[in-house]
Amino acid sequence: MFSHVRPALVLIALFTLVAGLGYPFAVTGLAQLAFPHQAHGSLVERDGRVVGSELIGQGFSRPEYLHGRPSVNGYDAANSGGSNLAPSSRALAAQVAERVAAVRALNPGEPGPVPVDLVTASASGLDPDVSPAAALYQARRIAAARGMAETEVRAMVAAFTRGRDLGLLGEPRVNVLEFNLALDARRPMR
Amino acid sequence: MDATGILQILVYLALVAALTPLVGGYLARIFDGRARWLGWIERPIYRLCGVSPEREQHWSAYAASLLAFNLAGALLLYGLLRLQAWLPLNPEGMAAVAPPLAFNTAVSFVTNTNWQAYGGETALGYFVQMTGMTVQNFASAATGIAVAAALIRGFARGSAKTVGHFAVDAVRVTLYLLLPVCVLGALALVWLGVPQNFDPATAAVTLEGAQQTIAQGPVASQMFIKHLGTNGGGFFNANAAHPFENPSALVNLIHMLAIFAIGAGLTNAFGRMVGDVRQGWAILGAMALLFVAGTFALWAADAAANPAFAGLGVDQAANPWQPGGNMEGKEVRFGIAASALFAAVTTAASCGAVVAMHDSLMPLAGLVPLVNILLGEVVVGGVGAGLYGMLVFAVLAVFIAGLMVGRTPEYLGKKIEAREIKLAVIAILSLPVGVLGLGALGMAFGAGAIQDAGPHGLSELLYAYASATGNNGSAFAGFGADTPLHDILLGLAMGVGRYAVIVPVLALAGSAAAKPRIPASAGTFPTHGGLFVGLLVAVVLVVGGLTFFPVLALGPLAEHFALAAAVLY
Repeated sequence: MFSHVRPALVLIALFTLVAGLGYPFAVTGLAQLAFPHQAHGSLVERDGRVVGSELIGQGFSRPEYLHGRPSVNGYDAANSGGSNLAPSSRALAAQVAERVAAVRALNPGEPGPVPVDLVTASASGLDPDVSPAAALYQARRIAAARGMAETEVRAMVAAFTRGRDLGLLGEPRVNVLEFNLALDARRPMR
Repeated sequence: MDATGILQILVYLALVAALTPLVGGYLARIFDGRARWLGWIERPIYRLCGVSPEREQHWSAYAASLLAFNLAGALLLYGLLRLQAWLPLNPEGMAAVAPPLAFNTAVSFVTNTNWQAYGGETALGYFVQMTGMTVQNFASAATGIAVAAALIRGFARGSAKTVGHFAVDAVRVTLYLLLPVCVLGALALVWLGVPQNFDPATAAVTLEGAQQTIAQGPVASQMFIKHLGTNGGGFFNANAAHPFENPSALVNLIHMLAIFAIGAGLTNAFGRMVGDVRQGWAILGAMALLFVAGTFALWAADAAANPAFAGLGVDQAANPWQPGGNMEGKEVRFGIAASALFAAVTTAASCGAVVAMHDSLMPLAGLVPLVNILLGEVVVGGVGAGLYGMLVFAVLAVFIAGLMVGRTPEYLGKKIEAREIKLAVIAILSLPVGVLGLGALGMAFGAGAIQDAGPHGLSELLYAYASATGNNGSAFAGFGADTPLHDILLGLAMGVGRYAVIVPVLALAGSAAAKPRIPASAGTFPTHGGLFVGLLVAVVLVVGGLTFFPVLALGPLAEHFALAAAVLY
């Protein structure tokens, strides 16, 4: 039996040293040399202060900002997750109805139905994007709050819409933080 | 369902097909010892282990070595989890993990399941993530691939006593394949946005002045092996839906390719080593049929509008400005098509990473991951596990074909006799024992963990026990799995699902190796053509269907019909 114990112990020790310490440390060292911005979480600074990460959604509720998707954890980037509610859940349907009412109240005068991504919770609770439809839906409100022309905001949505990766993968989207930083830069609120 | 979505799926399939012979050729070189450019590292390792690589093992010694290595890994991981509070590189001061959860987690990662009854960023420090989770991501992947190598040798050899050497197989596959690919892959991931640091969580002040704490860590290094080794245990609670784990659809594609690369490559290595690459393509063909059918079924179901939202004023239709469909538990950058493809890939391959919350999939969309798991994780399957699982079904398929024509069945020139069928049946029965047996206990004594009412509640519990026994690791995550009862029962299910397959499979390898290879004759049932592929698919479906259809009817199917009639729970 000892003939099996020794290799087992040596192997697990080697795996721990090489795969558990050597490998992540080597990747960290190389990554921080080659791609320091990404390696530290693609953080965004404004006026020398960290305001978030390009990749991580954050909560917006003021009328002058583009709003992101519902998040079950209130955009807590130290505790990610989704609702995990069933499609047949009464609670889910009630939440969606409530969100539709809230979105409608915030965007009076928008005639059409609300884009689905604006009233359903994301998987991570940290979705950084909304669909172009969800951004356009809010254009009139944002324009009014900032004293801009609605066409200007809609043109910004078009300009900030990122296409599918390589023209093929995933879906077109608008990064909410990036868009709001651009809004603040173009037409600051006092 | 749109043209771009179809194209995404086709491009993915084409890339997997292109990778298969490359990975397969290299794997064959690793298994038969022709790859030797790292011999200078290998030899001192074998000396330290006290093994001589030339002296191969009987299947029983191979199994004993494997079990000893996995037991040592489980004990070490359990210890790390229990002692976490005293370990370094823990900037957020994560506490020790409680005993039932530590047991569950240790078994989970050693068995390549990576079921997580904890949230990564709220429970584990960086040291445990690296030396615990990442290490077992490598070790459990190497274990599975080693078993596949032993089984391939069993069929490739004639009248042989041995099936290889476990330590040599585990070391070689890690050294020659997993580690180098992971270093390059992890760096590519960082380039594309995945963090890799030892920073404490970042304190940000948002544009609206709120505090946001952003969890950080060595994510990329864990991410690549997590997918390449079909482990699936997330660094963060939201797993690959988290933007740090999976920042874009391009990264998503890389993750999906990593998940299938080795499983698909192994079918090719198998074909090469038994001397007929068509045998490998036939196995992969059967897998591909099941995979494509499942993927499109999943996508179609989830792209449809949820009838529960009808009349609420929600626009669920796809158009050029939005993906539409069932966006609850989805991320906008992936939308429905890429999320559906990932859900099919991760459950076909026994990976268990998720980019969408499976619990919130439409009922028939959620049925597909369940079916992928309940068919025995043989649709490409976990690294190693998928191939040896499918070969078990192949043995059963030729046996059934033999019964139909009244001839002693053969597979690859090996007579399939009572002993081989017994071993195959033991391996196949482990899944219903874990899912239905332990699941029934879980239902009887732990139904309180179920989140959703109605048939979906049954689906949640069923998914948990299927995922554990199938060593998948994904979840209908509303299920509150972290109770002592479920921690222990699911831990047992993972052990049964792993070792009650591995040990019979190694015995099968030994038994096949000992038989002479009979040359094919006119009466031999060819196992490289369409007829065999069809038969193999049918056997997989019939075995899975007969075993699990009743419970699937009570769960996802009942929910589908209720929802279609606008009945909510």
